[in-house]
Amino acid sequence: MTELMHFLADSPVVTRHRPWPRVELSAVTWANLVDQLAIERWELAALWGEPGMVHAALRDPDLGVYFVVSTACPDGRFASLARVRPGAARLERAARDLFGVVPEGLEDARPWLDHGRWPMRRPLAAAPVPRAMDEPAAQAADYPFLPVEGEGVHQIPVGPVHAGIIEPGHFRFHANGEIVVRLEERLGYVHRGVERLMQGKPVPEAARLASRVSGDSAVAHAFAFARAVEAALDHECPARATHLRALMAELERIANHLGDFGAICNDASFAFLQAEASSLREDVLRVAGSVFGHRLMMDKVVPGGVAVDIAAIGIEAIRALVGAVGPRFERLVHVYDSKPSLLDRTIATGAVGSHLVHRFAVGGIVGRAAGRAVDARVAPGYAPYDALDFAVPGLPQGDVHARIMVRVEEVRESLKLIRQILDTLPSGPIFAPPPEREGEGMGVVEGFRGDILTWVRLGPDGRVQRCFPRDPSWLQWPLLEAAIEGNIVADFPLCNKSFNCSYAGQDL
Amino acid sequence: MWGTVLRSFLLGPRTERAPEPDADALAQLARAVDGAARARLGRSLSIRQVDAGSCNGCELEIHALNNPYYDLERFGLKFVASPRHADVLLVTGPVTHNMAEALLRTWRATPDPKWVIAAGDCACNGGLFAGSYAVVGGVENVIPVDLKLAGCPPTPEALLAALRALLLRAAARTK
Repeated sequence: MTELMHFLADSPVVTRHRPWPRVELSAVTWANLVDQLAIERWELAALWGEPGMVHAALRDPDLGVYFVVSTACPDGRFASLARVRPGAARLERAARDLFGVVPEGLEDARPWLDHGRWPMRRPLAAAPVPRAMDEPAAQAADYPFLPVEGEGVHQIPVGPVHAGIIEPGHFRFHANGEIVVRLEERLGYVHRGVERLMQGKPVPEAARLASRVSGDSAVAHAFAFARAVEAALDHECPARATHLRALMAELERIANHLGDFGAICNDASFAFLQAEASSLREDVLRVAGSVFGHRLMMDKVVPGGVAVDIAAIGIEAIRALVGAVGPRFERLVHVYDSKPSLLDRTIATGAVGSHLVHRFAVGGIVGRAAGRAVDARVAPGYAPYDALDFAVPGLPQGDVHARIMVRVEEVRESLKLIRQILDTLPSGPIFAPPPEREGEGMGVVEGFRGDILTWVRLGPDGRVQRCFPRDPSWLQWPLLEAAIEGNIVADFPLCNKSFNCSYAGQDL
Repeated sequence: MWGTVLRSFLLGPRTERAPEPDADALAQLARAVDGAARARLGRSLSIRQVDAGSCNGCELEIHALNNPYYDLERFGLKFVASPRHADVLLVTGPVTHNMAEALLRTWRATPDPKWVIAAGDCACNGGLFAGSYAVVGGVENVIPVDLKLAGCPPTPEALLAALRALLLRAAARTK
């Protein structure tokens, strides 16, 4: 029994929550939790609201498993976790914007997702508050950025419309000459209301939304949603389908890592690697398109299985792809590794400390490149990865170079994984229709960016009552602010691209 | 690196034959382009991409236009960093309320003559996000749209065919 299990032992457990328990804490126990978090290593993985309630997912670092803790806030208030887990701050601000639940003790009173432009306030609360017709339109300048004082300090506002083909967000730099004194992000521009749209939807329709939480993680988000639904319903996905899910997930990982590898090098003005890596990425997407019927494999992972089977010719196509990509990629890595002018830009740039990565429980590339070797495929682990052999690469430096090299290693591992998946692909059905009944569950899946945690509650009619897909970007974005500090403004594209956080995934 | 360069030299570029200009796009654009535009633009168009609430899926495929297979720039089409340099706004997403003003201001900053392409199902009509409290739903609700391109996301071929149609229309009107 771990310390966290011991702490939760006296509180009532919601029995229908799977695979890990959800525990209902009284306001007093929740307040105790805040105190305990100050001394324990328990990690905050997610925090989300509901009308009159707030939930948090805690990860037990000893076991790699999760516990959901919930507390009712009858007077609309709960004790903020952000004081002891700073990663909670934006999640709590978002819960306040959407549900009107107020995190007590959270210093930052500014809204996060609500830019003052929706037709109502607290759109997901039991009773949303319509905005008055005569209310003056919100102005971008209304948002108070954190102040910076000092001689020669100036501001550089960037966005929401950026210079490249990128998602929208605002970056406020305070710079002293070339040096970034502070970067502050303002996000929420692509808030589409995914959580509200999912409510009341039948599971297959909600799955389509899950596939579009973040388009680059279409497979991984659909995978996490499917696993959450299957956990909630205690429903088994056929063995062949779990293999095909992993096959698509690894293709998605390779495609994104190839794209990022090229794009980071391009941001250091090394266009050759961008051209070559983007060609390789295109090769992967074309095979995905021909084998699975969609280049980004959207809507192909569904609760209950997968939407498309793979034929013998498809298996051969993927084997040929893996055989071709591997050697060509190694040539590009060799080029990267033998250009001192390129390495000069990436080594020691945008370093994020290991202590921060652990404090924010940051997973994925950002975490593994800075000494937090956590991968959801290993812990808590899920099928079919528990039966596959692969390594989780990690580096301690936390700089742009380390994030590139972790991606490089992961491409290698994913290529190996795909061969194993094809070698061990079971026969049988690819879909087992999930029953329509109530339940609560959680799914954790390692996307290319990091661990995606999706929580879902289904009603008696089998429809979605509440779903929160927590993209890894929620916890990674704040560290980008830390990574750029003390670097030159011109290195920001390198830092940003090496993080490659999702805007849509965190704005929802 | 030199090995790759040598291979490219011997085997030729990876770039593929371009898709024909999209017939449907040509029809949609018939009214949108006039001779004065052609005179000012020559045979090239500068494109400013604006994500107005996309899931990033459309951006990935728009990015692909720059890879050597599609090589967008061979047609005189190129992405530019500022709307002030642009002839075309390539807009994606269901237009969130939080992005509507930024989209409108980007459009205003783009000099005339200009065209707007709504790329992807979301940009055409809100797509899966239509009806949400957080989205306006469709680019044409905020700025005038000249060409709608369906798809979730549209493939690079479809994007290229639509852009070629726009280029062709811009050229045809002057003869």
